[in-house]
Amino acid sequence: MITLNPLRWGKQYESLEFNDVVHFDTGEPIARIGTVGGGIVGRDLRVAHKAREALLEVPTNELLQMCRKAAELFEKETLTVGDSQQTVDDFIHQQSASTGLPEHMCQSNMAKNSFVLSNMEQILDCLTRGLDLSILSKGYGEEGRGVTVSYQAQTPILGAILPNNSPGVHTLWLPAIPMQIGLALKPGSQEPWTPYRMVSAFIEAGVPSAAFGLYPGGHDAGGAIMAKTARSMIFGSAQTIAQHAGNPKVQPHGPGFSKILLGDDIVDDWEMFLDVMVESVLSNSGRSCINCSGIWASRHTREIAAAIAERIGPVDVRPPSDPEAQLAAFTVPAMATGTYAMVQQDLAESGVTDMTAEYGEKLIERDHCAYLRPMVVHADSPDRGVAAKEYMFPFVSVVECPQDQMLSRIGTSLIGTVITSDEKFIQAASRCVDIDRLNIGPLPTNRLNWLQPHEGNIIEFLFANRAYQIAPMPATANV
Amino acid sequence: MSLVEGAPAPINPEVQAAAAKALDQLNEHTLKTVHWHFSDDTGSPFWLEKKAELNFDPLTDVKSFDDLKKFPHFEDEWLRGGPINRWVPKGHAGKPVYVFETGGTTGIPKSRMVIEDHWKDYELFSDTLPDEHFPKGSNWLMLGPSGPRRLRLAVEHLAQHRGGICFCIDLDPRWVVKLIKKGWMDHLEEYKKHCIDQAITILTAGHDVKCMFATPKLLESLNEGLEEKGTSLAEVGIKGIFSGGTEFTPQWTRFAVEEMLGGSPDEGGVFMTPTYGNTLMGLACSKPITAADGYKISYYAPQPRAVTEVVQFDDYNAKVGYGETGRVKLYTLTDEFFVPGFMERDEGEREQPFDTYPWDGVSGVRPFHELASATTVGVY
Repeated sequence: MITLNPLRWGKQYESLEFNDVVHFDTGEPIARIGTVGGGIVGRDLRVAHKAREALLEVPTNELLQMCRKAAELFEKETLTVGDSQQTVDDFIHQQSASTGLPEHMCQSNMAKNSFVLSNMEQILDCLTRGLDLSILSKGYGEEGRGVTVSYQAQTPILGAILPNNSPGVHTLWLPAIPMQIGLALKPGSQEPWTPYRMVSAFIEAGVPSAAFGLYPGGHDAGGAIMAKTARSMIFGSAQTIAQHAGNPKVQPHGPGFSKILLGDDIVDDWEMFLDVMVESVLSNSGRSCINCSGIWASRHTREIAAAIAERIGPVDVRPPSDPEAQLAAFTVPAMATGTYAMVQQDLAESGVTDMTAEYGEKLIERDHCAYLRPMVVHADSPDRGVAAKEYMFPFVSVVECPQDQMLSRIGTSLIGTVITSDEKFIQAASRCVDIDRLNIGPLPTNRLNWLQPHEGNIIEFLFANRAYQIAPMPATANV
Repeated sequence: MSLVEGAPAPINPEVQAAAAKALDQLNEHTLKTVHWHFSDDTGSPFWLEKKAELNFDPLTDVKSFDDLKKFPHFEDEWLRGGPINRWVPKGHAGKPVYVFETGGTTGIPKSRMVIEDHWKDYELFSDTLPDEHFPKGSNWLMLGPSGPRRLRLAVEHLAQHRGGICFCIDLDPRWVVKLIKKGWMDHLEEYKKHCIDQAITILTAGHDVKCMFATPKLLESLNEGLEEKGTSLAEVGIKGIFSGGTEFTPQWTRFAVEEMLGGSPDEGGVFMTPTYGNTLMGLACSKPITAADGYKISYYAPQPRAVTEVVQFDDYNAKVGYGETGRVKLYTLTDEFFVPGFMERDEGEREQPFDTYPWDGVSGVRPFHELASATTVGVY
């Protein structure tokens, strides 16, 4: 069994307390993670400036090279992780075993994280709109218009309270390192694998180990990171998001409520876009914030819902090693039963129809885990409660709504795929502040172009753009 | 959560003899206590009423501590709501009575009446404190919950008993729990800062405070606050600290000793001892903690006034073997209060007697796993 120790600015700390990571299906321990309390985290964060100082010793172009190297190591090589040598296969097995994700999904999340790391130069170029990275490093510089520009780092480190369920989100904190910002990470208790392997890859690639803090632990450890870092990100529920709304120190990431809107001009040809809709709902077992939870159209909604149901309704539980497996397990069975109870409440409302009813039982309970099989529901109006719901399994509501009301009724949407050629609708969607990432045309919601600003641009989060003027100093008598 | 494990060593004959003697005392004390609480002249209305429901007569059928297992388990619900007077033994009628509460974040808190037990508990605890680190006559700081809890009065009495004066900082744990539940973490930080600011003011105001009680979290924050001002607990004159609760784990102790207090008392100048207590039991003391023993914390109840057992999860009348894990069961046997077997919300490992406390102890105290896993989790 692998043992993962906390990492305190690059130094392993042998904790006296451990949390066991168990196999989702058998309950067998597969790893033990040494934990720390908030006191240790707080003490370390008082010298967080040293993490940035260590990174500032390395020019950004070298850090970008190290990112490329780390991407390769992360995705292809055997690495020292905890007290073990971890092969790529080990990583995939371990991640699948603790998160319940099918192995091929773990593989594709690994590729996604690696892609972001290996393309960091282009990603930063896009995030900064082409800024010379030495300006971030030095704090000021010449942008090319004869004007001095300045970007001031708002924190020496980025804190992150990482999730248990979605290895893909680790892409969001990776850009901190080439921007010479250290990391204080609290790994998810069931998915410590990606942060541990990623940090190992970074260090192996030459990034100073003093830049990294890994603090497994309870709420106490996470609370200390949140309280004592000037900038942190947290992944959680809508309630978590609400708790941190408006707090400039915190970037919360939660359910995305991503949606597809079908324009009146193309909706009669909806079958052309069925693949886009199915992929958006089903990919990554519907677990990501970028999965589609709502499909909105003014007509044909029952037929659309029935067609999606016909495609994803029969999807059943398969072993995690099966390359055809589409469903991830709920490793905490109560989350599945609780979620299913909420869906039952949604279905009780008049005007809401379960279009997957004929495809068998949805809640599959096992000894140590549970599954929810895909569900498609039809809502005859955006007034139905289910129109604003999102659940952590392949679940979508197909909502009937006139086109001219859609943008004012959809609510917040991390990804909005608007399928239309109607210029007025495109213009209105472009102006809609409820949509974060906007896709015009048949783009599945889960296919992100990483060369675009990410959800919550990390540059804007970590750096403040400010005025900076320099006048030449006159010669003095002492010179 | 798993903890560092160690195989139990055999108990030496001297400790075995002392343990046998302690058991004799416990049996005798049990008999006396049961007679006091179930005699018409001295018992409390609650127990006299309960006696009628029992299928045995406590006055004749309880002959030893082990016979307390004949009682049904003490239900903490019995402590919620009044009238509080039903708990006052007739033998103590007319004496001034305190009421101490636990819980109460939502609903009716559990209440326990006390006359002098909290003083006695802390006088006994005082005997375990080394004078070198808790100098007699020096003043104290109490940084923890007060309000309807017994801690403030108890620590204050401890200070007075040792010839000192106690300065108190209030902390309302019910408000803290509400802040956490509401997710108002900024408010929580501010409230903590508010408490710590007051503590620092007292510690730096020339009051000759050398000893203190603090909860682990508040101690961390106090130390941090002092360090931010360029000083430390040792530099402001603190020599001895006692702290307590289930947060007081080996890991936390290691952090506190090695990093917060600058090493062992010889190196850092500050001695710290853990305690484990509650409104029902009083104060359990700790076996001395050493780095060599992996900072293992073992608590020993103040027998015969209180007893802790570590019992099987599926049979609360059967103790687990030494070193084995079980649920903590508590007995209170004073002339003020009688608890014949209360299932604590904690679990731990059964520890062997040793020369200072020749009776069973409990280590690795942590929330009972079945209750801990019932904690509500979010959907994401």
